[in-house]
Amino acid sequence: MPAFLLRRFLQSIVVMLTVALIAFGLFRYVGDPINNLVGQDTTLEERDELRERLGLNDAFIVQFGRFVRDVSIGEFGFSYQHRRPVRELVAERLPATLELSLVSALLALLVGAPMGVYTALRRRGFVSRGFMTLSLIGISLPTFLIGILLILFFGVILRWLPTFGRGEVVALGWWTTGFLTASGLKSLVMPSITLALFQMTLIMRLIRAEMLEVLRTDFIKFAHARGLPARSVHFRHALKNTMVPVITITGLQLGSIIAFAIITESVFQWPGMGLLFIQAIGEVDIPVMAAYLVLIAFFFVAINLVVDVLYFVVDPRLRADKATANGQ
Amino acid sequence: MAEIQPAGSNRVGDRLRRAIESDIWFSFTRSPVTMLSAAVTAIAFLAALFAPWIAPHDPFDLASIDLLDASLPPAWMTDGDPRFLLGTDDQGRDVFSTIMFGARISLVVGFASVLFSLVLGVGLGLVSGYAGGRLDAFIMRVADVQLSFPAILIALLIDGVARSVLPRDHHDELAFYVLVFAIGVSGWVQYARTVRGSTLVEKNKEYVQAARVIGIRRSTILLRHILPNVTGPVLVIATIHLAVAIITEATLSFLGVGVPPTTPSLGTLIRVGNDFLFSGDWWITIFPGLALVVLVLAVNLLGDWLRDALNPKLR
Repeated sequence: MPAFLLRRFLQSIVVMLTVALIAFGLFRYVGDPINNLVGQDTTLEERDELRERLGLNDAFIVQFGRFVRDVSIGEFGFSYQHRRPVRELVAERLPATLELSLVSALLALLVGAPMGVYTALRRRGFVSRGFMTLSLIGISLPTFLIGILLILFFGVILRWLPTFGRGEVVALGWWTTGFLTASGLKSLVMPSITLALFQMTLIMRLIRAEMLEVLRTDFIKFAHARGLPARSVHFRHALKNTMVPVITITGLQLGSIIAFAIITESVFQWPGMGLLFIQAIGEVDIPVMAAYLVLIAFFFVAINLVVDVLYFVVDPRLRADKATANGQ
Repeated sequence: MAEIQPAGSNRVGDRLRRAIESDIWFSFTRSPVTMLSAAVTAIAFLAALFAPWIAPHDPFDLASIDLLDASLPPAWMTDGDPRFLLGTDDQGRDVFSTIMFGARISLVVGFASVLFSLVLGVGLGLVSGYAGGRLDAFIMRVADVQLSFPAILIALLIDGVARSVLPRDHHDELAFYVLVFAIGVSGWVQYARTVRGSTLVEKNKEYVQAARVIGIRRSTILLRHILPNVTGPVLVIATIHLAVAIITEATLSFLGVGVPPTTPSLGTLIRVGNDFLFSGDWWITIFPGLALVVLVLAVNLLGDWLRDALNPKLR
């Protein structure tokens, strides 16, 4: 177990360093960093001096080391486009993305899980078939199209909900939240549904498949034979045993939600990190791109690591397998 | 070598005929949904392929476009014009025709990306499975890491990085290749894993050992002996991947980092039309969107059916 954890941890660090290398490569070699800092009337001598002062003449490995050190304390330099520190920009945008992702994840789980259980228990029912067909359409509908359709119906035709932005936000220290105002909550509805729909279908299908698998096993038949009420068998015996894969997949999906937020934010002009990144690509604003690259990779690596560790903690069979495998 | 060739292709031909005569064709004719999706896919392919000849208007021929026809609603609505079945966009272009041309671009990018992924994935899978050892461990580790990120994020990141590396003036010309590369690289893992698995099984079989004993070169063994025996599942993956690739392309184009508006794909059309949603001209964006969904759904259903039909365990 500790050996596995250590290997897993080292692997995460290698991934992070690779991503950092790509980000650094972008930073350093796409365009001339000096050109992006100074005006046209700066003389060649001044440029050389600046180059020397900023350490751009140092060996590659020294520069890369400095980059990694800066990045690990959250220092990503200045945005070319906004002329402000990237750290400030990200800190401004982070709450928007995280709030949206959190609401979507909860929505996906709280709606998707009961639907999955229901479709597994009433396999051939009319409603179940309806859910399954809907979920197939849900998977085939691209995220941005769901957003557009929602905007068309609830924003343009019915005029019930705002179609862009976060509404009014309340500042709590450096964190801004839309949870505390009516317009903030209303603005959240459509983006969070858009973002949640795909994950919802995924969770529903996963739980359905896992439930069907468990319901076939002997201990469920035995529980029925013991005369336990169906409700108890379904929820205390069956559902409990589907939870391990569901928890891990849901954990992993959290990363996907943050990634898919790029699309949703773009549709709804939601002022989060994804929108910042898309605009940065359009403007070739490399410090912002590099920062996003590193941040998103960090989120993913961290989530994956936690989920892997949880897997070992939650499922004793894995520990046993590993132990015997190591013993041989 | 020359004598082996016809024998080999004959065997494939035989196998194909046998397959059609037996289960697959049977299961195809027994599933109305599959036949419908096959029909939809075929119509979409033909419409896209022959768009320049069968489209009612040429949306890129400036002479045939009249600004007076701009923003007309679909033909069945009041103010609709029978010449323009699904209405016109803000520049007077026929929406139905632009969809046909857009589907053309979407399908070309989709197929090219799938082909790229397939060649890359199958190649790496073969090498990984056959060579084993460190190379295998390395390739599979990279695959694991890539698999932990969503494909669309990988495609978006590659696309973004490639765009910032390439000179700005050439973005539009290179956009197609950048897209195919980005979507292609984001999808190779599944092919590689599947092919590696089958290769591991095949390489210990007697015919491979026999080939090795009589001194046939490694590359020949891989390409002529093992490859034909591991391609079965690849077809299924490729079909489902086509749907994914089309969606990915549409998404990237919608985000404005895909194909340029001068050669619009379905995603670009939706992006452009999206600006007119608030002025009530919903048809400019909804119809391309509908076309995209129908196309992707049909391909997905075909892929699902193919997976079940080719897998005897599920029958």
